[in-house]
Order: sequence, then C-alpha cells, then structure tokens
Amino acid sequence: MRPTPRRLVAMAAAGGLLAVAACSSPATPDASAAGDTFVVATAGEPETLNPVLNYGVDGASLIFDGLVSRDGQNRLVPGLAAELPTVSPDGRTVTAKLRDGVQFHDGSPLTSADVVFTYRTVLDPKVDSTLRSDLEMLESVEAPDASTVVFRLRYAYAPFLQRLTLGVVPAKALTGQDVNKAEFNRRPVGTGPYQVESWTPGDRLVLTANDRYFAGKPTNRRLVVAFVADDNIRAQRMRAGEFDAAELAPKLASGFDSVAGYRVERVPTADYRGVMLPMGNPVTADPAIRRALNLAVDRTAMVNGVLGGAGEPGYGPVPPSSEFVEPAVAGKPTADPAAATALLDGAGWIPGAGGTRVRDGRPARFTLMYPASDSLRKELALAVTADAKKIGIEITPEGLTWDAIDPRLNTDPLIMGYGTPYDPDFVSYKLFGSRFAGQGYFNPGHYTSTVVDQALQEGRDQADPGRRKAAYSTFQKQLATDVPWVYLTYLKHTYVLRDSIDGVTPRVEAHEHDVANSLWWNIHTWTRR
Amino acid sequence: MTERPNPTQASEHPATNRRRSRLAGAGTVVRRRLAVAVPVLVATSIGMFALGAASPVDPAKQYAGAAAFTTTEENLAQIRANWGVDDPLPVQYLRWIGNLLRGDLGWSTSRHEPVASVIAARAGWTLLLVSAALAVVLVASLLLGALAAYRRGGLFDRGLRAAAYAVESMPVFWLSLAAIAVFALALGWLPAGGLTDVTATSTSWTDVAHHLILPIGVLAVSQAPWFVLFVRDAVADSLRDDHVLAARARGLPGRTVLFGHALRTALLPFLTLIGTHLPELVGGAVLVETVFSLPGLGAVTVQAALGSDFPLLAAITLLTTAVVLTANLAADLGYAAADPRVRLND
Repeated sequence: MRPTPRRLVAMAAAGGLLAVAACSSPATPDASAAGDTFVVATAGEPETLNPVLNYGVDGASLIFDGLVSRDGQNRLVPGLAAELPTVSPDGRTVTAKLRDGVQFHDGSPLTSADVVFTYRTVLDPKVDSTLRSDLEMLESVEAPDASTVVFRLRYAYAPFLQRLTLGVVPAKALTGQDVNKAEFNRRPVGTGPYQVESWTPGDRLVLTANDRYFAGKPTNRRLVVAFVADDNIRAQRMRAGEFDAAELAPKLASGFDSVAGYRVERVPTADYRGVMLPMGNPVTADPAIRRALNLAVDRTAMVNGVLGGAGEPGYGPVPPSSEFVEPAVAGKPTADPAAATALLDGAGWIPGAGGTRVRDGRPARFTLMYPASDSLRKELALAVTADAKKIGIEITPEGLTWDAIDPRLNTDPLIMGYGTPYDPDFVSYKLFGSRFAGQGYFNPGHYTSTVVDQALQEGRDQADPGRRKAAYSTFQKQLATDVPWVYLTYLKHTYVLRDSIDGVTPRVEAHEHDVANSLWWNIHTWTRR
Repeated sequence: MTERPNPTQASEHPATNRRRSRLAGAGTVVRRRLAVAVPVLVATSIGMFALGAASPVDPAKQYAGAAAFTTTEENLAQIRANWGVDDPLPVQYLRWIGNLLRGDLGWSTSRHEPVASVIAARAGWTLLLVSAALAVVLVASLLLGALAAYRRGGLFDRGLRAAAYAVESMPVFWLSLAAIAVFALALGWLPAGGLTDVTATSTSWTDVAHHLILPIGVLAVSQAPWFVLFVRDAVADSLRDDHVLAARARGLPGRTVLFGHALRTALLPFLTLIGTHLPELVGGAVLVETVFSLPGLGAVTVQAALGSDFPLLAAITLLTTAVVLTANLAADLGYAAADPRVRLND
C-alpha cells in the first residue's frame, strides 16, 4: 500500500520529533504541583506598568493602590486613604487622609507627597498620559502635611472620588526623570499585593507577593501572567493544563463546560455594543427609521447566536448592574416587526420595488460600518442587516479599518462598543453632549438634545444621589425616545479556570480589561483546594 | 555579479584553480556589495518613512486604545507634540538618521522602550528559530532529496514528492495548530507554546530547547518542500552527467556516487537558493512565533506596523534587509569557493 502524502509527513515528523524529544529534558514541572504559584493567561500585554501612563487605573492593578479602591460590588472602599475622602459642601474641595504605616515595595514609607506627585505628573503636559482628560476638573493638589492630600476642583464634579482609584507611585523613584521613558515603567515600585519580579516582553510578567501589603499578606506567593495573543492557542494551552485561569472568547470557553477539572465564569459587564446612527445621514436622521430599527432588532437572537449566550440584551448606555439604570427604557428583547412596520408606514416610508421602503423618492438604505478585524462586531452588523431587511430597510455592512471609519463617522452608521460600570458620567457626558458633537469619537453622530445636555450636566453637578438618579433617569428616557444609538447587547466576559480554585469573586467589568481589572482582580486572596 | 553556470553542463572543464585563488577577488566583491548595500539601506529606510506617512493611522490614538473614546483632542495633540510625530516627514527622517549615526535607534512609540532594547530582547529568539529551522531544512532536504533522486520514480520518490506538494499547500499557521493538536494535546509530548515552562523561575537551555522543538519543527517542515524538490531534481539531473556515469562505470559504490559526485554537483546552485529563500523563512518565523507565543520580532513588528511606530519599523526593516544582503553575499562567496568555474574577479 502506498502511504498517503499526509500520513507520510506525519510519520516522518513524529519520528524526527520523537528522536529530538528523547534527548531533551525528561519532564517539565506540573503547574498544579507548583502549589502557591498562580498562572493566568491574557491576550493583551501592557505597554507600561506605570499607573500615571494609564496602567490599571480602575482599582485592580495588583501592583499599585489608589487612595480608594473597589470591592466585589464595585463600591468605593478606602485604599491608601484611611477612610473615604471628604467632599466640601460646594463640591470643589476633596480631602483625603492617608492610612498609617503603608510602605512601598522597596520599604520606603508612603506620604502625601507621593500622592501629590502622582496627580501632578498626570496633569503635566510633558507626560504622555491619556488620563489627563479624565482629570480636567482638577485644578490643584496639595499636601498640607505628610498624611493629608487636598484636591481643589475647577467645578463641582460629583463622581470625583471614582477618579481616585489611580495607583500612587513613589515620588522618589521618578522625580527628575522623563516619566515617559523611565525604567520605572517596566520595573515599577508600588504598594500593592504583588511586586514585579520580571517582565519578559512578549512572553510573561512574573509577580511575587508583597509581605508588607497593608491589607495582609497575599495567600499565594507568585503570580505569572502569560501573554498569549492567539485565542485558539490560549484555549489549547489551557486544555493542556498550563494555566489556572485564562480569558477566552465565549465559543471557545463553552468548550470547557463539559471538561472535568475546569469551570467557566461568565462575568457580567458594562461593555455594550450598539449601532450609532448619525444625524448627518438623511435616512438615519429620521426618528421613524431610528425607532423602527430599535423595534426590529432581535436582541435575544443576537445574545444566543452571536454571543453564544454570553451576554444580555442592551437598551441604553447605563448597564443593568448600575444603581443609575432606568428600568423603564428596557424594551422587548425579541424583534417586533409589526410595530416597526406600522411606525414606518405612519411616517410615509412606503414599500418600493425590491422590498426597500421609499419616501419622497429616497430609498431607506444606508451603509453600516464595523471594524473589519472585530469578528463580533461583524456578526452583529450582519444580524442588524438581516433584521432591518424584514421591515424594508436596506443595509450594506462594510468592514473597514478605524482609519477608514474615522472620516465617515458623521454620515455613516457604525457598530460601536464601550461602557463603564463605575459612573454614568464617565462615558455618556462626552458621547451624548451636544458640545462634543463631531469631536472625534465623542458624539460622532452629532446628536443634540437640550434635555439630555441638561440632565448630563445635572448628573455631574449634583452630589445628592437622589437628584443624580433622577437626572440620569431623564437622560435615559430621552435617549430611548430619540434613539441616537440602537443599543444591542451587553457582553459577558468569559473566563475558564481550574475548578479547584477558591475565592474567585467576579465583579462587573468595564470595556477594558486585561492584566488588571479582570476576573483576577483579587487573585492575592485566591486559594487552591 | 558572479557568474552562475548551469551545474548540469560541462563538468569536463577540469578544476584548474586551487581554492585559495578562487577567493582572490573576494575583497573587491565585498567592497562592491557594500557600495550597493548602503544606498539600498538608505532607500529602504526612506521608503519606510514614506509608507508610514502615507498611512492614515494616528499613533496617538493607537496609543490611547479604548481611552481614545474619553481622551480629548488637546490631550492627544499634546502627546503627538511630545513625540514629534506631526513634524514634516523630512524633519522626522533627518532626526532619525542623525540619532542612528550616533548609535541611537530611537524610541519605540508602540512598545514604550528604546528600539535598541526591543530588538536586543527579541532578535536573538528569532535568529535562533530561523537558524535552527534552516539547519534542519538543509540536512533533511539534502538527505531526502538525494535518496529520492537515486531511486527516481520509486515508492519513496513518489511519496516524498506528493508529501512536498501537500505541505507546500498548507499554511504555516495551520501546520502549527495541527502540530499542537497532535504533539501537545493528543500525545502530550511537547508544550503547546511559550519560551519556557510558565512557572519556571529561570530560563534554562533544556527548558527552552524543549519548548522550541515544535516551532522549529513546524517552520522546518513548512519550508522544506521547496528545498527537497530542488535537491531531488538537481541530483536526478546530475546523476545523468558524464562524470557521474563515469564514476558509476568505474564501479564505485552507489553511496559514494550519490553523495560524493552527484550531490556535490547539485549543491552549488543550492547555496544561492538558501540566500534568496531567507526572506520567506523570516516571514514564516513571524507566523510561527505568533502561534507559539514566542517573544521574537514577529508580534512586535505587527504591533509597530499597526501603531505607525516608524523608529521600530525602520530599525527592524533595516536589520532584515541587512541580514538578507549579507546572506546573499555569503551565498555568492560560498558558491565561488565551491565552484572552480566561478571567478569573483570577473
């Protein structure tokens, strides 16, 4: 019998590799036998480990702590501050008292000078920090004594305490240096539960326990973060038993549901996907078209089909987990083509040749852009296209790079994604405020509404939680009426981990999550059974 | 350029020169190649910058990532100003070349460390991967190709050629995934990726070697068909040469005829083939590095390209160009050393 080519190759390869394998080291140590080392795998690798340059700012960097941090419910709790900072009655002065006896990894004590240095560095225009935009309201930061920090704001900003999760860096290590190029960015010194042992770019980051950690010694001694960009490889190496936990795409993760020794965590998020409908397009500028699309999309089908069950229907920019969510804006999770067509009929969009509706000679037709490299957004774009066709709206999906998308944002709809669980002001103020119309990714669709502008401003100005809630309720109801975006889904981030691990406490995640702010935000307290 | 005669022709001209004199013109050739290499490198770097300038990618937005949604235009403009990426292209280029001449490769905006340290940390692994794969390919293709030619038309020859064509049609990343599925998951013999065991505290050579078997194997298998088929055809041809037939007629054993006579004749153009095939090998290495999560130049090059990181891209491109030019020169010198009919001082 003639061997088939493929079998021959397989045999030759197996023979060759067997020969080489036999003379290499006999065994690699079993990861589970390493005991108190935890190994997690992520797709992305940080560019820097300096919080000032936007590393792990939202309170889970594992290497640094902010004045405040977040608990399992994302509620603010004191971090380096002894208690939650106090806000003056006019909302423009915020005072924080530092916890006693906190030390950096190198043993030097934390003082208010370090906190002042950290915030001033972010504000320094010479520093390449994208966080400066988040601290626009910050006028000055002072240290009247070694354990007190006083922030003065240009205007009252209700969610300011949420911004104090920024990790504090030691002034001593960075003073007089070019912060953008400092060695510190690769070998940082913080106060967090872990300190950096080594970072092999492109390969892994190794952290070791900080026994001086003010909240108690970490229960495990070492943490290895392996950088594995390819989704399939991450899944295969997880299956080969190399990792304790890894982030995987929903469909790859669900493959582990039935594998003994593993469990899948589907973590709720504030990470939404929706269709941005610009006012500069004559078809999508018509409220009837926008509302009809909002009724015609089948969100349940998208969650089950596109997301493989790892998500939930979305109706607005405030996530269901938020205390500010307005339940009244939630619509039907399934499509309602009857209501959608009735709406279009009433607005004068008459079915034309080929099934596409027409009004005043203009067909109900537009292009829907999505970033071509993002397969999830592509599938959502296709689902919206199919749903729209059923009510006579003709959509042409188009996959593009961001650079090709940018100049067309004013006229062409786009599948967008973002979201934060922390405060509705963070993203929505710029995304829907008319002042920001057409400024890059801020309000690209030129949405303008005085009701929304006022509500967003009130949510920012008012410190009283009740009044804030009322303001954001108004905001969400107005969005539901105007439909500047058709919100589709909130994602669930999916992780696979060994089921012998205890202490895993998922919390609602933001759009961004990687080495920090992932399922392992509190990995220093995890234990193995 | 050196002259590359068809090796299957005219072996009746006896080798009159000795090896020492064959390389007599080497110095001139090296000088002449350098005179070409410098303009080539300059042109390559200018091309790099021009292509980069034509790309609409905003490096500051790339740097901001998802924060681009919350970062103000002033904030991004300030970062661009800090980096000098809005300066006119000639200004950027002259600044870059000035730094280069002072031994400073510049600052990588996508990795946020000096270009020199990015390359220093990663080039070694890529070089190791490529050279080990090349060595495996050379040994395997010479051996298998010669054997197939010796029994031309036989079972082994037909099987080998079919296998070569089959492998040629398989993309490298597919081969990588298949190799992982078989050797890492099903058989459990080898790790599926990474440079060392994930929990290892140091980089020991045995650990690295163990982790590199699969990537090197996959890269070698994916690049082998070209070489195998070439050797097989060249040896098959030279087996019909007069001097080989004569050697056979003298009653020399088959192995001596095959490896001592036929393969030696066929070997010469093979040297040039290696030189010209090197860029493809590097391209394959980039994919293999990505699949096996190895910290080589592959992933970082992609990142640099996506982030309009001129300094890093320019340095990597220059490095690759220089390696290819050097390899071609080495191939030609080797050719001259091996083939008596080739004169360097033409």
